[in-house]
Amino acid sequence: MADLSKIKQDHRRFKQIVRGKIKRNLRQYMTNGELTGKQGKELVKVPIPRIDIPRFRYGQKDTGGVGQGEGEEGDSLGDGQEGPGKGKAGENEGEKGLEVDVTLDELAEIMGEELELPNIEPKGTEKLQTIREKYSGIRSIGPESLRHFKRTYKEALKRQISSGEYDADNPIIVPTRDDKRFRSWKETSLPQSNAVIIYMMDVSGSMGDEQKEIVRIESFWIDTWLRSQYKGLESRFIIHDATAKEVDRDTFFHTRESGGTMISSAYKLALKIIEEEYPIEDWNVYPFHFSDGDNWSVDDTTECMRILTDGLLPRSNMFCYGQVESPYGSGQFIKDLNEKFTIEDRVVVSEIKNRDAIYDSIKTFLGKGL
Amino acid sequence: MSLPSHLWEIKEHIREVALDFGLDPFETIFEIVDYEQMNEIAAFGGFPTRYPHWRFGMEYEQLAKSYEYGLSKIYEMVINNDPSYAYLLEGNNLVDQKTVIAHVYAHVDFFKNNYFFSRTNRKMIDEMANHGSRVRRYVDRFGIEIVEDFIDTCLSLDNLIDYHSPYMERRRKEETEALTELPKIRAKDYMEEYINPQEFLERQKQKLADQDVKNRRFPIEAEKDVMRFLIDYAPLDSWESDVLSIIREEAYYFAPQGQTKIMNEGWASYWHSKILTTKVLDDSEIIDFADINAGVLATAPGRLNPYKLGIELYRDIEDRWNKGKFGKEWDDCDDLEKRMSWDRELGLGKEQIFRVRKLYNDVTFIDEFLTEEFVAENKLYTFGYNKKSGHWEIDSRQFKEVKSKLLDQLTNFGNPFIYVKDGNYKNRAELLLHHKHLGTDLDMSYARGVLKALHRVWKRPVNIETLFDEKGVVLSFDGTDYSEHPTTYEPI
Repeated sequence: MADLSKIKQDHRRFKQIVRGKIKRNLRQYMTNGELTGKQGKELVKVPIPRIDIPRFRYGQKDTGGVGQGEGEEGDSLGDGQEGPGKGKAGENEGEKGLEVDVTLDELAEIMGEELELPNIEPKGTEKLQTIREKYSGIRSIGPESLRHFKRTYKEALKRQISSGEYDADNPIIVPTRDDKRFRSWKETSLPQSNAVIIYMMDVSGSMGDEQKEIVRIESFWIDTWLRSQYKGLESRFIIHDATAKEVDRDTFFHTRESGGTMISSAYKLALKIIEEEYPIEDWNVYPFHFSDGDNWSVDDTTECMRILTDGLLPRSNMFCYGQVESPYGSGQFIKDLNEKFTIEDRVVVSEIKNRDAIYDSIKTFLGKGL
Repeated sequence: MSLPSHLWEIKEHIREVALDFGLDPFETIFEIVDYEQMNEIAAFGGFPTRYPHWRFGMEYEQLAKSYEYGLSKIYEMVINNDPSYAYLLEGNNLVDQKTVIAHVYAHVDFFKNNYFFSRTNRKMIDEMANHGSRVRRYVDRFGIEIVEDFIDTCLSLDNLIDYHSPYMERRRKEETEALTELPKIRAKDYMEEYINPQEFLERQKQKLADQDVKNRRFPIEAEKDVMRFLIDYAPLDSWESDVLSIIREEAYYFAPQGQTKIMNEGWASYWHSKILTTKVLDDSEIIDFADINAGVLATAPGRLNPYKLGIELYRDIEDRWNKGKFGKEWDDCDDLEKRMSWDRELGLGKEQIFRVRKLYNDVTFIDEFLTEEFVAENKLYTFGYNKKSGHWEIDSRQFKEVKSKLLDQLTNFGNPFIYVKDGNYKNRAELLLHHKHLGTDLDMSYARGVLKALHRVWKRPVNIETLFDEKGVVLSFDGTDYSEHPTTYEPI
């Protein structure tokens, strides 16, 4: 019969190979963003190039085949994406590129290794404890619905044997009230570390689709990494042009406004959210701001710096600013930030010229381990 | 785990019924396994003792997942071996198990009696275990990375075998001794000039010269068993040569299963229906059986279900031979009404389907028994990809088109025809393969992958000539770079 450890070995080898492939191609995955649409709650589908064995075979789209069923000549059989395969009668091995499910934890681990990201030392770990109730205890009183049959039986058996009532030829065990045992809960306290990411994005007219796509890809990887570092992770989304408002994730990536740009409006709103909902003792706060760097006025920029220094920075682990390049923006804001915070470690800025720069940008943002 | 007694009795009963019907299976050992074991055995292609390789792990992951998500489960697994082994899935309901048992006996009958299986190793379970321990020994010595990598290489080449060679001795042309004298027709001296005129002698000379050139070629005839050629002539270490032989042997073992997919599944479906509905099921089980059977025979757009096509063809043949719908008289009759009511009451149906299962493979089966009426009745069509609309579309319902497309796909097991044309290409010990182009281009990116594997084995530059976009081209790989050169493509 099958030896279970054997398939486990082959399975482990397969996993190793997949992992190696992901690692080698991480930059490419980060650049083209194909993972971001395939994310579930805990798993992400990773398309693996060429893990199948190459063999001489016919080019696929030309071949077609024979089918069976209703329909007129010229009728469609469904769209080409799914494809009815080659319809050949032989084996159908390795038809499509393979998609492998990888847990987000695993992906974060691979990302951490490849980008050499340091682990984050969360703050608030000691203070914040969550209390979990687990039904792992036993008591002698409790409701019938929680009666532990096996333990009750054992108690009764013990009692009957020790009192000499037990008859091996006629082993009837009758529990009394004292024999009954019930499940009960035990409290365990788990250290909990929470983090919130506040994404802010400039949606003024100068931010195009490509710029937003870059932000979307970046946010996926930032989420993935920080989720692996904190037990509880929340994300909040703020869009702004001349005014700012909080939106959900979907709106965040799909809104386009045409107004001017007042960055301070977003920072004010972010500060308000943090002050109201995320007390500094319990939360690790990560504001990320993406813009093309074209602020309305010098005055507003001064205001931004003030909010950063007095409000956001003291309440955050770090502040990240990513500047995407757009044909319209002056790109001034990143210079202003650099000037103002030359010695401040916790302000991290990165210029993202195009998709190829995403990889390095992530590395810059997360490489400090703050 | 062996069968519990109630299943054992059912199995015995089904076996007796099968034998009464004339089936002639090997002895078959049934085991009952849970879904994890089933997935595992299936991942190994039926042989739990096979050599270690990551693709079995990949297969397992896919099977396990699709079972977990409820997309599919494997009902049955049967191994061509004497005795045969079959695995039943624990927890299936009784009607499922009965269906599977009958299905299995028909498969085993097919393994035992179909001509194309006649040269397969009937002790393959032992042989696979033997292969497994040999490979494991190499792994211990050289490490899993190196051995597995080489197995990957061999697997890239495992469809480059001669699917028909097990049944015939290929002529391996021995070096023919060069003729020193010009062959002439014997004639009296005075007739010499007329019997052997100058032109004739010139032609003979030319023939000899051609033969000489040909004899200097290597291989002398284009070789279809590329794997065999590599084992014989590639500079391989002994363990590499052994691994390549193992992969080749397993490819030949599995080949008939691919060559007879329609026939084999059709045969098994025909008999599970017949055995169950006539002798095994009681009335209360018929609905469940119909449900299972409908699942097995279901069709979907753009997919050909070999179970369905196979069973319908056997039934058609049985009906035709029962009624005498064959032969010259039948072929020549174009009176529709006469054809519809044709019945010579020959009753040869059963005999004929047993003959067919013995002597045919999918190609000859389709070629001989697929009829125009059958194609119309079973609503077969050809489909193709419409580049303009980006859809797969029904092309045609014409009998000729359907038949030729079907045969195209089955011929050579759906693989391109590849030959070794020259083992000393450019007089530099390079390898030249030839793709016999039958209307469809190769997938060039896969071809590159295969060339890389070939280079790993041949250790000198490797090339393949083919037609691409109707132009002759030689694709080459020298160990670091790929290149393409135009060539005049001459079919061999």
